[in-house]
Amino acid sequence: MSELRDGPEFTGAELETRLAETWRDKPGLIGWITTVDHKRVGRRYIATAFVFLLLGGVLALLMRLQLARPESGLIGPDRYNQIFSMHGTTMMFLFAVPVMEAMAVYLVPLMLGTRNIAFPRLNAFSYWIYLFGGIFLWVAFLMNIGPEAGWFSYVPLSGPEYSPGKRTDVWAQMITFTEVAALAGAVELIATILKQRAPGMSLNRLPLYVWAILVTSFMIVFAMPAIMLASSFLISDRLVGTQFYNPTEGGDALLWQHLFWFFGHPEVYIIFIPAVGFVSQITETFSRREVFGYPLMVLALVSIGLLAFGLWVHHMFATGLPRVGYSFYTAASMMIALPGGVQIFCWIATIWSGKPRWDTPLLWVLAFIVTFVMGGLTGVMVASVPIDLQLHDTYFVVAHFHYVLIGGAVFPLLGAVTYWFPKFTGRFMAESFGKWNVLFAFLAFHLTFFPMHLTGILGMPRRVYSYPHGLGWDTLNLVSSIGAFLFATSVLLFLGNVLISLRRGRAAGANPWDAPTLEWAAASPPAVYNFAHLPVVESRAPLWEEDEFPAVSGLSVEKRELLLTTVIDAMPDVRDISPVPSIWPLIAAVVLTAGFIGSIFTPWAVVWGAIPVGIALTLWFWPKPGVKEDES
Amino acid sequence: VNGIQSAADPAGAHAAITSDLFGLFLGVTGLFFLLVLIFLGWAVWRKDRGSQSEQRLRLTVAGWAGLITLGLFVLTIGSYFADRSLAFAGAGQPPVRIQVTAQQWWWQVDYQDAVPSNNFATANEIHIPVGRPVHIELVSDDVIHSLWIPNLAGKQDLIPGRPADLDLLPRRTGHFRAQCAEFCGLQHAHMALDVIVDTPEQYAAWKAKSLQPAPPPQTPEQRRGYAVVTGLQCAACHAITGTPAYGTVGPDLTRVGSRATLAAAELPNARAWLERWIADPQAIKPGNRMPKVPMSSADLHAVSAYLETLQ
Repeated sequence: MSELRDGPEFTGAELETRLAETWRDKPGLIGWITTVDHKRVGRRYIATAFVFLLLGGVLALLMRLQLARPESGLIGPDRYNQIFSMHGTTMMFLFAVPVMEAMAVYLVPLMLGTRNIAFPRLNAFSYWIYLFGGIFLWVAFLMNIGPEAGWFSYVPLSGPEYSPGKRTDVWAQMITFTEVAALAGAVELIATILKQRAPGMSLNRLPLYVWAILVTSFMIVFAMPAIMLASSFLISDRLVGTQFYNPTEGGDALLWQHLFWFFGHPEVYIIFIPAVGFVSQITETFSRREVFGYPLMVLALVSIGLLAFGLWVHHMFATGLPRVGYSFYTAASMMIALPGGVQIFCWIATIWSGKPRWDTPLLWVLAFIVTFVMGGLTGVMVASVPIDLQLHDTYFVVAHFHYVLIGGAVFPLLGAVTYWFPKFTGRFMAESFGKWNVLFAFLAFHLTFFPMHLTGILGMPRRVYSYPHGLGWDTLNLVSSIGAFLFATSVLLFLGNVLISLRRGRAAGANPWDAPTLEWAAASPPAVYNFAHLPVVESRAPLWEEDEFPAVSGLSVEKRELLLTTVIDAMPDVRDISPVPSIWPLIAAVVLTAGFIGSIFTPWAVVWGAIPVGIALTLWFWPKPGVKEDES
Repeated sequence: VNGIQSAADPAGAHAAITSDLFGLFLGVTGLFFLLVLIFLGWAVWRKDRGSQSEQRLRLTVAGWAGLITLGLFVLTIGSYFADRSLAFAGAGQPPVRIQVTAQQWWWQVDYQDAVPSNNFATANEIHIPVGRPVHIELVSDDVIHSLWIPNLAGKQDLIPGRPADLDLLPRRTGHFRAQCAEFCGLQHAHMALDVIVDTPEQYAAWKAKSLQPAPPPQTPEQRRGYAVVTGLQCAACHAITGTPAYGTVGPDLTRVGSRATLAAAELPNARAWLERWIADPQAIKPGNRMPKVPMSSADLHAVSAYLETLQ
């Protein structure tokens, strides 16, 4: 008997039942821990990242509580240093980067019209490693061995002499966890985007969000090795007495900063560029026209991605490198304002020339534009060497990067959650509440962070647990603290809206916003197999321009078959089998976690830890009897 | 805005150049922000949505990109020339030479002179004469610190193993505050120093006085204090010129009584604070390197009385 395949003669309920049979997970707990469905993994990835946002937010409030008054005695220096180190580490490594990858893990396969992400087991593994790394860091913090040298861990302060104990080891090893998770995610996304697009979705028809994720994923691949190298050097300086960073033994304290910022600067664009993608999709849908200047937008994304690697030294203007060399980095840093400004123009032009519908997601975009432009312009200021020498490491910089990270990435993220919520859950978030929520968050944000520009100019350095009164900082700090609690309230209201809408939200159909991209062709929430018939696209906005999709036919219904297409033109290429659920990604993550944690105590953990990891990976890839296809 | 630790209140040539540059940046970026807001407002409140001309938008985006490029060009050039004038501010005159050594969490200050007998040390305060260039050599013995005197100039990191320097040219007299700007551990928040810009006469007088050995104790209480300071652990870390105390781990105390503040500008230099500090340094500045030295309250009073005389 020949294999059952989809096609014009096999459609409807029976096809859907058979597909669901093929693609579903095992029921219950077993299914939960073995799933390789990009939607389930993506959902838990997003949820976990938001838990870390809350934890990081609590730390922020503790700091604002301490800084509300001068010479406050609420929190001692030892605890405070751990708190701000954990705040930065949590927000950057456990919230911002993961949540952006997580959204992509959920959305990209749907936007491309495919049935699962590439390397779905690696995807499950990526989540587990991320989760275990996050738990490891937070348990350590609660045991009073949280990192104490900042999220940037400059040597020699983080070196063996000035940070004895295990605190910095915990930080450095947490980096390893999140590196592995982020790199795995990036590789899957690149492969998915380049090889699993719906037939006809040539690169010039790729939704801008997917372009953003493609650029981001390549940036991850090129940026992360630098920090991996840096943190491995640090661990070995601390654990086995190498001297990479010790100037008295021929090492160099500044080497750390070069490696760290070679990663660290692209890192902020790794957070920001996906947000740019959210903004493009939301603006397009709610302006009811395609984004103005698509080729410009793509060029802008790519050039930001490239330029981001050429300006790390602007974090190091005060270190005393040769002054004339700095000019290059000033120019490169300022140059980013060009693609950035062009993008801003294109979004506003889209709204200007479209027929905007003022639903909540588009309001988040407005909040984003105003806030992000301000953050971008203060960024231009600190790109200038003389100005930076005054403002570097002051609250002005704290204000600047919260404008670009919260205004530039979190506002779009909250807009994106509101926008795709019907897709995730089949329900809307509360709409008019959501609008007030945007306004409240916007005002509270500016109340918190705008005064910090002034505290910085007035001379307040960062990372101080206490400050003297009478220097003109008291009132500004109090205002920031009040604002912080209001802003936290607005985030809680948002999450409350999410939780209530999960159960009580108004039901939404497949395409409730009348959006143009493919994810809205799937059911809300999508079936486990995403699309009963894989769509074929003929334009950049398929749902606006095509009433009836041509569909792919001939894919197996009995096996998890995907269609791979060519890299540039997305012509059908080969059929490929997507792996079935497996427990081995979880087991591999558990044993690798044991190895990572062990290796902060003894280098031998690397040796002995490799054995169970090797066994787990071997069994992960062990060919199943009767299954010929590759199951990587 | 006035302030003794404020980049917005320049009292030196370098800070003034930077402040002017900041004004240029504020103007240009403010203009761009305004343009974005106008366009955004127009896009939001636009009534007539009928006629759309993509062609017009295309021309506008090209113009916008040109405008941004022009703005960036102006700012980059402005920044470059400001940087050059910073490099040459104060050139031509022989500078006052000072070496500042940062340690967790205080500043050692060594005045250097071509004549070795004119060298002297102090801590946590810098006196400089108005109108004369000052060249500060920066050294760190432990972790990375950063010396920032916002009223006078931008900051400069002190990185172990990497010599660095900072030039100042004070334009008016006054009492300013500087602070460590690179996170350096537990007491980073309390690593500040006083910067006093004197008239040339005041500076000469201060320098002349600083070259003298510490005044000998006069009263019986002061003598008892002297005995405690030179006899107990104090002398192992602190130096007082002209006495057997010549430790180099902590701040030089030869003129401690004349300083405006104590404990790296954390406390006002008053008798009550001095006693509280000596009685339990860890209570005031947890983690700092000065241990609590057990002594009777009579000894404590005596030590404070003696240290106060070191003017």
